[in-house]
Amino acid sequence: MNNPTALQLIDVTKSFAHKKVLDGVNLQVGVGEILSIVGPSGVGKTTLLRTILGLETVDQGQFKVNNQAFNPKDHSQNKIGIVFQDFRLFPNLTVLQNIMLAPLRVQKVPHDKVDGDVQQLLNLLQLEEQKDYYPFQLSGGQKQRVAIARALILRPQILCYDEPTSALDAQNKSQVSELLRTFKERQITQLVVTHDLEFAHEVSDRMFNLGEQTQ
Amino acid sequence: MKYISEIMPSLLSGTKVTVELFVITLLLAIPIGILLALGLRSRFRLLKIILEAYVWLMRGTPLLLQLIFIFYGLPTIGIVFERFVAAVIAFVLNYAAYFAEIFRGGLQSVSQEQSEAAALLGLSKQQAFRFVIMPQVVKIVLPSMGNEVINLVKDSSLVYVLGIGDLLRAGNVATARDVTLVPLVLVGIIYLLLTGILTYIQNKIERGFSYYE
Repeated sequence: MNNPTALQLIDVTKSFAHKKVLDGVNLQVGVGEILSIVGPSGVGKTTLLRTILGLETVDQGQFKVNNQAFNPKDHSQNKIGIVFQDFRLFPNLTVLQNIMLAPLRVQKVPHDKVDGDVQQLLNLLQLEEQKDYYPFQLSGGQKQRVAIARALILRPQILCYDEPTSALDAQNKSQVSELLRTFKERQITQLVVTHDLEFAHEVSDRMFNLGEQTQ
Repeated sequence: MKYISEIMPSLLSGTKVTVELFVITLLLAIPIGILLALGLRSRFRLLKIILEAYVWLMRGTPLLLQLIFIFYGLPTIGIVFERFVAAVIAFVLNYAAYFAEIFRGGLQSVSQEQSEAAALLGLSKQQAFRFVIMPQVVKIVLPSMGNEVINLVKDSSLVYVLGIGDLLRAGNVATARDVTLVPLVLVGIIYLLLTGILTYIQNKIERGFSYYE
């Protein structure tokens, strides 16, 4: 791995009720790399992702983003973006409002600047026509692309996907792998948690099998 | 017709009292109910237990008892309220408990995942509540709130027992005095008009929120 490291996990351990789910996980993702975390179900893929997102407190271990210590529970910096399996769009907001909420309210980016960024993303993700739709009016693939736009607009260091192919048909699936490659060209670091080995093989630069815990 | 126009002024002034009680109760009980609902979901166990006991007490005893307790009961230990104030206190305490339960249910049904998604975008708890959670809760609770609001119009007639000159009392006084059913029929029609208007407004608001699913 020649690229500088975007994300590093050192000895991350997490137990639930005395059962060790993550046992000293060490992991590195290079800048612009697509790393898939794979492994049989129940092996802790989702737990690992949730610790990276700061949704679970780890028993021990360290996180680094761009070689600097990083507290996953601090979401104010928007260092890590996430596209959930069930997308978790806000049903009361339009596509545009879903995407613009955080840059306007959290990052306090001026409106005209956000407008420009959103326009580019809508074009890239082919959501131009749907920008005033509400989530219930979108197909599964469109919802996912809105979720991607909502994460990308915050310019995260690392973009994570939780089971990105589980809700998609074959056509949408190949569209997603194409998108991941497009983002890779733009040097966006991507972390894919998936049980879909075929997809993982197709998109990843590298796979991390959590069951074996070897890189 | 002449008789109707003779008693109408007293019925209308009774209506005014009923509407005043209704509006004041709503304006106070809704915000208090929202705060109570947030408290009911708080992590502080003691606060939760106290609020649960409060809601249980208010919903588990008759509103009529609460009215009598506040206006006729409390003076025996030296706490005296003017009639209308006593009525407002009883109604606000009672309805805030009902609204709290409705909002608590609404908050519960907006999934934890929505809060997580908002937090991961960097939104503060307050921002998430304002832009994401509350708009969804409002849509969910509208039908039950509508029912309670219409109940409130009818429940307001319970202030009769405190001797407040509300719509029901105005009608009953006229019926007793003139020995005729007409005033009570008119009272019924006025209540129907009031609840009819509220149902219309409720439908309008619900339609206003039907832009998303």
